[in-house]
Amino acid sequence: MTAPSFGPVRGFVVPGLPQPLLVPEQNEGWMRIRKAFEAAKEELHSCNADLILVYSTMWPSVVGHQIQANPEPEWVHVDELFHDLGSIPYRFPVDAEFAGAYCDAARARGLESRTVAYHGFPVDTGSVVALKLLNPDNALPACIVSSNMYADRAETIVLGKAARDALEQQGKRAAVVVVTSLSNRLFTDFIDPKEDRIHSRKDDEWNRKVLEFLGAGRLEDVAQLSREIHRQTRVKKVVNFKPMWWMASVMGQHNRYRGHVYDYAPIYGAGAAVVSLTPSEGGVGDKEFDEEDVEQYGGDRTVLNVEGDGGQGGSPASSSPSASPSTRDALGQEDGTTVNAGGDPKTQGAASHARRVGGLLHLAGIGPCLAGADAVPGGAIRDEQGVPQEYDVTAQTEAAIGNLRTMLEAAGSSLDAVVDVTAFLVDMDRDFAAYNEVYRKHFDNIQATRTTLSVSALPAPVAVEFKVIARAPGT
Amino acid sequence: MSGNGSIVAGCLAPHPPHLVYAENPPQNEPRAECGWEPLRWGYERLRAQLDQLDFDVLVVHSPHWQTYIGTHLLGVPDFKSLSVDPVFPNLFRFQYELSVDVELAEAIHDEGRDAGLVMKMMRNPDFRVDYGTIVSCHMSRPAWDKPIVGISSCRATSYYSVEVMQEQATELGRATLRAIEATGRKAVLLSSNSLSHRHFTTEAPVPEDMSREHIYHHGQYLWDMRMIELIRAGRSRELIDVMPEFIEQTVSEADAGSLAWLMGAMDFPDYGGELFGYGTVIGTGNAVVGWFPQRDGVAAGGGAS
Repeated sequence: MTAPSFGPVRGFVVPGLPQPLLVPEQNEGWMRIRKAFEAAKEELHSCNADLILVYSTMWPSVVGHQIQANPEPEWVHVDELFHDLGSIPYRFPVDAEFAGAYCDAARARGLESRTVAYHGFPVDTGSVVALKLLNPDNALPACIVSSNMYADRAETIVLGKAARDALEQQGKRAAVVVVTSLSNRLFTDFIDPKEDRIHSRKDDEWNRKVLEFLGAGRLEDVAQLSREIHRQTRVKKVVNFKPMWWMASVMGQHNRYRGHVYDYAPIYGAGAAVVSLTPSEGGVGDKEFDEEDVEQYGGDRTVLNVEGDGGQGGSPASSSPSASPSTRDALGQEDGTTVNAGGDPKTQGAASHARRVGGLLHLAGIGPCLAGADAVPGGAIRDEQGVPQEYDVTAQTEAAIGNLRTMLEAAGSSLDAVVDVTAFLVDMDRDFAAYNEVYRKHFDNIQATRTTLSVSALPAPVAVEFKVIARAPGT
Repeated sequence: MSGNGSIVAGCLAPHPPHLVYAENPPQNEPRAECGWEPLRWGYERLRAQLDQLDFDVLVVHSPHWQTYIGTHLLGVPDFKSLSVDPVFPNLFRFQYELSVDVELAEAIHDEGRDAGLVMKMMRNPDFRVDYGTIVSCHMSRPAWDKPIVGISSCRATSYYSVEVMQEQATELGRATLRAIEATGRKAVLLSSNSLSHRHFTTEAPVPEDMSREHIYHHGQYLWDMRMIELIRAGRSRELIDVMPEFIEQTVSEADAGSLAWLMGAMDFPDYGGELFGYGTVIGTGNAVVGWFPQRDGVAAGGGAS
């Protein structure tokens, strides 16, 4: 298989507890993990990667995801639990440019994200251990992303896709590393290291099953099993077992890898394994998805279901999209301000849905698709192979006008402020009457000027789209 | 010193770094315009009360020193370093310098161990003191002129249940009281936790923009008020009884055991805690409360019970 010019070139699963780094000699299994790290290091440095992209389950974040962007973090780290094993001085290079690109890509997909570049920022034990053992000579720069404590599957998968976006945008190849235990139940009393073992037989069996899958290259299948793995083998420190969602997402959401389990051993009761995954033409491809894929993060589900709840609750992508407070406050303040309602319907290209110029809001590409969803209300007009499908233009027009209303309200404006409409229909003969009926229902009292055009196709498989000029708030 | 020690005050002393940020102390690098005044003024009133007391040491139990194997105590006499909040590094980059009452820490360690708890002293001089400890201590005693004892949060809630955590934490509290009595210390205890603890997942561009600050949801507020009413009424056993439900409903930071530890140490006060302030920080509910046994109740420790 030809190495790609950008994107993930290798994946690694590694543990983050400090024993293999600091005291491998105290336990035969810890030493095996140390040697597994050393072998994985050789593989990592032969895979032609430009950077090491790390997702650490030991770096929790609350406000979205954080991405390390200090070009050269340096500190003497001490683990908060295993502090008696010794201090860990570290200094490693970070690809700050990539960190910025990753942050931007995450935001573009609807995620809250920020870079952190502060001297003394506490890099977590897992990241430090992984980088010290996989990249001891600092031959490659790293990028580290946090694990948000509230994030669940959708947010984590979108975070992985944003990494792919950034790799593509930067034209870089990444060795993708997740720092995680398998089963994560530690002993609750101090043990003689020589007597270490996996905490329970059940944990051990589950770990071996996960490793069997990874050894067969079935990363996406493991990702699909993440909720069950969390239920069966994970102490509930966070809402779910997320690293495989992120890794599978970064690496393309399939099972076509050559997997290699370097080793597996207990560390203080938890399951530790070093695994590599190489993208491959072959491998197991007959995956079954129990859960749908997601491209865009639609925000937190509101806990009160109160419209306009201040935006902190947000809304599910499939219901009324609402603007975040920061969006609302920023809207309409300056010429050229990009309007982003947080739950905007998707754009198909490098374009904004809305901009304010002077006293006017310009909105374009307003179709029926709901924010964060690929499904078309009323049905797509063609399938993925381009075969025409039956669809409901009434439902599409209703949804498109609903999206238009949402966008305008997010900008502090309203449907009443619309002054000019350009509508695009892909089948004027078939759809005009139904489209016009819905349009009249919403615009009869507004009396905006309107032009309806027939076009051969739209980028998305939809029948109707609007381009609108409206008065900006305060004008 | 030996014998006749006592707890002179117990405090619910939450640790949002936003409060230090808004106070603009010289140790903290980021500067703020304002923010969270009701809570900061609450701390101001608490400090005024503490200034009236004669005490030797601050003993702080922090949810942000998380230990999954037992309870750990700071065991190095002095620490000097930079604390950067891993969650809000934009707000909190604090140069700290503090001393530790190692003798009292060791006494708590020994009492806890003798009571059957898993205990460990932290002797690594490179260890970075967690920001929860620093914020609670700074807001309660910004002069930093008293030694502290830093106690970790053993995460029994994650490994077992809230009920097990409460049993362990209250036992740790009793051990703390015995150690204070035995070493003759006059101690102020700080339970470094908020009440309801669901955060917003976005942050305002100007962190101190108070037009954006409110409780995460109404249910959290109702629960916070219920807990505060129990505190003010001196119904501390009921407080502990309802805590599992409270924690489940509000993702409360009390799951770390700090408040149960405080109640255990103070032998479940039947006199009211004085509420100095309540406010929200990025959606979480925070109360600053003081219990003053020598003023309001039977003295905790010192042979008074």
